[in-house]
Amino acid sequence: MATKILIPTPLRPYTDKQEAVEATGATVGELLADLTTKYAGLKAHLYNEQGKLRSFVNIYLNDEDIRYMQKDQTPVTANDTVSIIPSVAGGWGI
Amino acid sequence: MPRVCALDVGVATAIRRHGEETFPHECCGALIGRDDRVIAAVGLPNTTEEGPRRRFLVRPLDYRMAEQKASELGGELLGFYHSHPDHPARPSQFDLDHAWPNFAYVIVSVMAGVSKVMTVWYLKEDRSSFDEGTLNGDENSDSDSPSPVHG
Repeated sequence: MATKILIPTPLRPYTDKQEAVEATGATVGELLADLTTKYAGLKAHLYNEQGKLRSFVNIYLNDEDIRYMQKDQTPVTANDTVSIIPSVAGGWGI
Repeated sequence: MPRVCALDVGVATAIRRHGEETFPHECCGALIGRDDRVIAAVGLPNTTEEGPRRRFLVRPLDYRMAEQKASELGGELLGFYHSHPDHPARPSQFDLDHAWPNFAYVIVSVMAGVSKVMTVWYLKEDRSSFDEGTLNGDENSDSDSPSPVHG
C-alpha cells in the first residue's frame, strides 16, 4: 500500500528533485522508515541523533499535525497524503 | 569558492527595513527566486513564544504560504532571512540546531535600531556548521563594520 508524501523544497535534492514520492507502511512511523530507506539522505535532516523526529520537522496527515493524532502510530492508508512541513527557527545566543 | 547569493534591486533594502521596523525584536521572512538569485523577500510573522528579542519562528502554515507565494512568483523558496538585534550577523548554535539543508540563511545585524552587516550562510551537509556565502546586490552594505566571525 503506497501513500503519497509531499517533500518540502530543501529536502528535494534527496528525492531526485521530486516534490512528491511514495512510500509504504500502515502507520506514519512505518511510512517514514520506508521513505528514509529509499531516500537515505533525508534521515539526518528529519531525525536527531537519538532517532527522534527533529522538533522543527512537522508531519501532517492530510491537513492535521500528527502530534495531535497518534504521532508516529497514526494509521495511514493509500488515500491519505502525508506532508513534511518545516518550521523555520533561529535567533542569536544558544 | 563560496556560494554566491545574488539579491535583486530592492531586496536588501526590504530586509534591512524589516529588521529596523521590528527592532528590538527579530524579523523573519522568506527568500524567493531561482538558481541562487533572490527576486523577492517576503516578510513573515515572527510567532516565537520564546522571546522575539532573540528568537524567531516561522510556523508550518506560514512556511506553506511562502512556498505558495514562490510558485505564484514563478520561482522557488531559496531560504529565509532574519535579524539579530544588537548582535553580529553570524549564525548562532540555535540557528545551526534548527537549520534546513540547501537553504540560504541571510542574517542582518541591527544595532541600536540601525541595520548593519548582512551575511548569508548555508548549512553543511553533515550539519556540523555553516559555510558562509557571498552576498551580492546589497546596495546598502555597511563597509565600516568588521567582517563576521564564522560560527
